[in-house]
Amino acid sequence: MKYVDEYRDAELGRALSTEIAAAVEPGRHYKIMEVCGGHTHAIYKYGIDDLLPPNVELVHGPGCPVCVIPMGRVDDGIALAREPGVIFTCFGDMLRIPGSSESLQDAKAGGADVRMVYSPLDALRIARSEPDRHVVFFAIGFETTAPSTALTLKRAKAEGIENFSVMCSHVTIVPPLKALLESPDLRLDGFVGPGHVATIVGARPFEFIPADYGKPVVISGFEPLDVLQSILMILRQIGSGDARVENQYKRVVPHEGNQRALEALAEVFVLRPHFEWRGLGFISQSALALSEAYAEFDSERRFVVPGVRVADPKACQCGEVLKGVIKPWECKVFGTACTPEHAIGTCMVSPEGACAAYYNYGRFAREKQVV
Amino acid sequence: MSDVGQKPAVGREERILGIIETARAKRPRFKDPAITMSHGAGGKATQTLIEGLFVPAYGGTTLEAMGDAGAAGDMVMTTDSFVVKPLRFPGGSIGELAVNGTVNDLAVAGARPLALTVAMILEEGLDSGVLRAEVEAIALAAAAAGVEIVAGDTKVVERGHADQMYLATTGVGRPDPRGRLAPQNLRPGDKVLLSGSIGEHGTAIMLARGEFELEAAVESDTRSLWPVADALLEAAGPGLRCMRDATRGGVASVLNELARASHVAMVVREANVPVDPLVAGAAEILGIDPMYVANEGKLVAFVAPELADAALAAMRAVDGCEAAAEIGEVRTEPPGMVLVETSFGGRRVMDQLVGDPLPRIC
Repeated sequence: MKYVDEYRDAELGRALSTEIAAAVEPGRHYKIMEVCGGHTHAIYKYGIDDLLPPNVELVHGPGCPVCVIPMGRVDDGIALAREPGVIFTCFGDMLRIPGSSESLQDAKAGGADVRMVYSPLDALRIARSEPDRHVVFFAIGFETTAPSTALTLKRAKAEGIENFSVMCSHVTIVPPLKALLESPDLRLDGFVGPGHVATIVGARPFEFIPADYGKPVVISGFEPLDVLQSILMILRQIGSGDARVENQYKRVVPHEGNQRALEALAEVFVLRPHFEWRGLGFISQSALALSEAYAEFDSERRFVVPGVRVADPKACQCGEVLKGVIKPWECKVFGTACTPEHAIGTCMVSPEGACAAYYNYGRFAREKQVV
Repeated sequence: MSDVGQKPAVGREERILGIIETARAKRPRFKDPAITMSHGAGGKATQTLIEGLFVPAYGGTTLEAMGDAGAAGDMVMTTDSFVVKPLRFPGGSIGELAVNGTVNDLAVAGARPLALTVAMILEEGLDSGVLRAEVEAIALAAAAAGVEIVAGDTKVVERGHADQMYLATTGVGRPDPRGRLAPQNLRPGDKVLLSGSIGEHGTAIMLARGEFELEAAVESDTRSLWPVADALLEAAGPGLRCMRDATRGGVASVLNELARASHVAMVVREANVPVDPLVAGAAEILGIDPMYVANEGKLVAFVAPELADAALAAMRAVDGCEAAAEIGEVRTEPPGMVLVETSFGGRRVMDQLVGDPLPRIC
């Protein structure tokens, strides 16, 4: 595949791996967080951590948008899906995410009309073709996917479609990062910045990380060479005592972001005062709701949504795992109350989350550390 | 590890890894309150259903072995059902699939396919032309595979209670004396051979459903695997340890099942796995790994190392298997796991599929 294979060249990868090994101080341990789930996926898919020296550790961040949706929110979605006449649409990844007693997939098996879509526009298309039913779209994702929800809503409004609404669970990336950075026991040395989010918001929103917290950020692309190069750039900043935002993903990310997308977001959404994150608790101004101008498309206003808060078990320590304070196996519920089949926290929900990966590949992962 | 403060922590990690391994080694128990789509996807949920409900209920040593087919006296039997949508797709149709699917389960068990039965569940209102076309497809595929259709059954259900037509075929074959195939035969050092490029059937079906607004000329690979199984038995004889057809869940699921059943590890070299560029492109866009995508005419064979070259040459001489390749080998550590050496040079675990292989959103 042209323009893709160039970024997957094994020989260039080996060269970068050698440069990285040369850039680290042997006696020092480095913890670098990749913020975005897309990077976690690339690291897993290409075996990138295998190409790093043993004293460079990657910590998977909070940037998997399905995994951070709390149980109560899934329960609310299931309640909507059970409303008579409702067609409940969502992305495929969302179907398996556990609520307090079941997932949307279970609700579907129980008779709710839950349909997987690939884009909010597909949900709108269903609304057009089934005017006697009401179509709810469960909108999730960071600033990356929020613009497509915004554009869908603008179109629905322009067309005067009345049987379509959005259960808005879009979240924003900066507040959870801030929450992590505020923690006094944080043990992270740098951040691989979220390239897709930055495509929309630009590089500027990440400048507080080096300015206020003294940690380097490198906004990165998603191909394996991108990720390796970004790690090298972070290590070089650390080595020279530097901390700033660098943009490795210049071929896609403009410094100022995408103005048209930002305008659409500003028109359709407002910030929620606070929002609950699975495993991380409430974080203020970390999520989006529909603005007054789009109130008629807000599922939470059109239907009575239970809005019950299902507390994460107290013993869940996702926050500590994410901050790199503890290892997955040090969490009190790891492997007992919290397993991939019955996940409690975000780190176990995602197959690539730190806990799920450790659960599935623990001994293998540790052998690699020993080698 | 001289730091005394570290010791309890290491002990705890060891203990927790032990708990996890004990839990994983246990036969899964089927506790789900209802059947969901993931029970039919060929991954973990399917395995739990089979190992946790069917096998304990039916019992029997043949079933315990959980092969693609089982011994029945001197013969080998298997059965399969077909609910594909759409009925016709580039490269094949449900009728052709119903014959080849069952023929292939026999072939990879090392049995020459002899006869099939065909059961049909038809929806009220099904167009006779559609039925006629599938009956012809069944007849043609059976003739091509050299099997006779010896019995059948027909049921009709009310409109809306089935999607046009479902098929079920049962097959009987004669064990081929040249080989003795069983998962327990796998030995460290055995080579993993694959009969051709992967992911074509699943990709063709996904594109034929028209849900992606994506077009590519990908055709299903449905075909009888007896010719290539025959060639392998001839070339490797008892050096042919085991075969599997890589249908639902793809090559990744087959390797995981065998690694677990045989308590061995496997290493796959991703760069050696043949994937058609169109399939690779579609998988890239959809965020799917072709290793997990269904095939309907590809087998994975495990062959003693000294016979691997001869076996590979014999495979490549078979029509439709020109792209056959050696993709990896059997190892001892870590038992039950499949590792991949990625094209990029890293290593990772290739796990069992959990649920359907759905496209990612970011």
